[in-house]
Amino acid sequence: MFQAFLIKYGEIGIKGKNRYLFEDALIHQIRHALKEVDGQFRVTKEQGRIYVEALEEYDYEETVGALQRVFGIVGICPTVILEDEGFEKLAQDAVAYLREEYPEGNQTFKVNARRARKDYPMESMEINRELGGRILDAFPDMRVDVHNPRIMLNIEIRQKIYVYSQIIPGPGGMPVGTNGKSMLLLSGGIDSPVAGYMVAKRGVKIDAVYFHAPPYTSERAKQKVVDLARKVSRYAGPVYLYVVNFTDIQLYIYEKCPHDELTIIMRRYMMRIAERIAEKTGSLGLITGESIGQVASQTVQSLAATNEVCTMPVFRPLIAFDKEDIIRISKKIDTFETSIQPFEDCCTIFVAKHPVTKPNIKAIRRSETHLAEKIDKMVEEAIESAELLVVG
Amino acid sequence: MQVYLDNSATTQCFPAAAALVLKALTEDYGNPSSMHKKGVEAEGYIREAKEIIARNLKVREKELYFTSGGTESDNMAVIGCALANQRAGKHLITSSIEHPAVLNAMKHLEEEGFSVTYLPVDEAGRVRLSDLEAALREDTILVSIMHVNNEIGSVQPVGEIGALLKKQGHPVLFHVDAVQSYGKYVIHPGRLGIDLLTASGHKIHGPKGTGFLYKNERVKMRPVVFGGGQEKGLRSGTENVPGIAGLGAAVREIYRDFEARTDRMYMLKELFREEVSRIEGVALNGLPGRESAPHVISAGFSGVRSEVLLHALEERGIYVSSGSACASNHPSVSATLKGIGVKKEFLDSTIRFSLSIHTTEEEIRYTLENLRELLPMLRRFTRH
Repeated sequence: MFQAFLIKYGEIGIKGKNRYLFEDALIHQIRHALKEVDGQFRVTKEQGRIYVEALEEYDYEETVGALQRVFGIVGICPTVILEDEGFEKLAQDAVAYLREEYPEGNQTFKVNARRARKDYPMESMEINRELGGRILDAFPDMRVDVHNPRIMLNIEIRQKIYVYSQIIPGPGGMPVGTNGKSMLLLSGGIDSPVAGYMVAKRGVKIDAVYFHAPPYTSERAKQKVVDLARKVSRYAGPVYLYVVNFTDIQLYIYEKCPHDELTIIMRRYMMRIAERIAEKTGSLGLITGESIGQVASQTVQSLAATNEVCTMPVFRPLIAFDKEDIIRISKKIDTFETSIQPFEDCCTIFVAKHPVTKPNIKAIRRSETHLAEKIDKMVEEAIESAELLVVG
Repeated sequence: MQVYLDNSATTQCFPAAAALVLKALTEDYGNPSSMHKKGVEAEGYIREAKEIIARNLKVREKELYFTSGGTESDNMAVIGCALANQRAGKHLITSSIEHPAVLNAMKHLEEEGFSVTYLPVDEAGRVRLSDLEAALREDTILVSIMHVNNEIGSVQPVGEIGALLKKQGHPVLFHVDAVQSYGKYVIHPGRLGIDLLTASGHKIHGPKGTGFLYKNERVKMRPVVFGGGQEKGLRSGTENVPGIAGLGAAVREIYRDFEARTDRMYMLKELFREEVSRIEGVALNGLPGRESAPHVISAGFSGVRSEVLLHALEERGIYVSSGSACASNHPSVSATLKGIGVKKEFLDSTIRFSLSIHTTEEEIRYTLENLRELLPMLRRFTRH
């Protein structure tokens, strides 16, 4: 029955002169999200409103689902569009609408008319009053409650008349593309896709880098990361995924450095490489899924040791999250099932049994001097040979 | 160079079989149950495949049932026969190194009130006749033993088992899972005392999703799939005509030049075994020569995780499989390898190389060469 959705957006309404930029980005993202839904839609901006109109038969659930993944949307209002055929017809249709949507017919309600077209013969207040009366006549068990109604019947009078009463919550946040771009360090785990999702939610476009270590990690591990990037792209739009072959660097570190420092040193090189690729490709920050204390490499000392190698800001949206909270989000965004596939740990030989948990930055720097002979060239090569996959 | 040594997992389809599949899909696509000419044409494919297989096994055509493959045939045989014969007893015997299609069917029957004896195997992966004899009971109705083990290529004494079972005072059915042996051995169920035999198409260069169950006509079996009553009601569902046609073609082809091809596989297997055992820290599983199957070589490489070696070989174009699946958090160690007493250091370091009639000496030498090169490299980086 609904031919359209009125899109409500929050924060972007307050962005002053830049407002149109945000609205345009939102429209762009909505169009992108609707591409995977069957049916033709028209997305229009009209007097501070964004409407999604279905031009043909469409799948309601699927459409709402797609819109619920568009950051910046606060609410989605399924809307009936009526031709203006006079007030009598409007009243009949409004009653029919309520009968369809609220068959119990015993709720409290309020009519909220808005007359955007000023040549409509009745004023808003008049419409509220008149329509309220008709509804009370039609539904003896309904009551008017102007302060806290169960049903807020919105009537917007424009060229056509838009009727809606439900608000389905959207994801909030800001439209992707309105806050620059950052590079996500994507592993196959639970955390990093969630971190990417969260930063994308603040309007940041996401690129990703994955460190591949054949033969210690398999093709399937890589496929899993591609699958995760695709899941993130359902929210964040197309993701440019850089796959870096990290094997040689890993082996070199393994040969030259103390084994209890392997993980930290590896991570420092991952950050360095990620930052270099980020610089080359226009990202302004890095994103990781780190959370304080989760594993040895994520103690505050370890984070400090990893952090000091880059100058770009590193966004760690999960830093103070408990694992259960992260898992909850990963289930919500449907990355959990993919993340827990067991292909990841095939490179566990590079994890010492007792890794340092409180690395001494000076010691780490000293260990890294053992790599001086070849490491710069290896890093260079790894960056040069990175494979780019466009996902989503 | 591409060297495919994972033929126990699946094989490349014979072009002749694939061509027949295509023809049955695009030209003679009728439903064998249809009354018209198209149906009769389709039925012709099934009849021909049955003829080929019946002649090959020296059984009657009506004793063959086409299925979707080894798993379904195993399930039909084990579950179908257990249910149909439970009035005579509820005891079943199998080995501890069977394929999951048999083991999990047995587990299912245990939940349904049957009791199951799982026979151990010796260090060569063979069931001992004395163990079987001791396990047999008055109420034993079915023994299911695989012919060739998929992980180490050990060959079970199915003829002796068949003979032993026939000597019992009451009928004990004998099911043989021959998925890994059909096409590698000439098998005549009648002579070996086998009542039920499972085979799969894609292990013999036929199409995937095909297989058959041989069932001696006197054996009572209940269906596990219900429907339109095809295959005498024991396997309902429109027949997979293209698959069946391809299966028949593959059977015909795999037994062509059979002895020469088998000799060659044995020669290559021995070459591989001999050369690989010269490399330090390598332990071969199973028996040499004709005492094990011609196509399976199982070897442990100390100090290297099998999955890492597998991927390293893959980078060189060599495809093998690991002895046990790597599930990172709870490594599921192979029951077969454990069953034959493989040492702990090799459990997670075992690789299976499986040959086919297409394998060449050049491919074997290339593989050996790469192993010699990769192993020292990989062993430098081991976990502490």
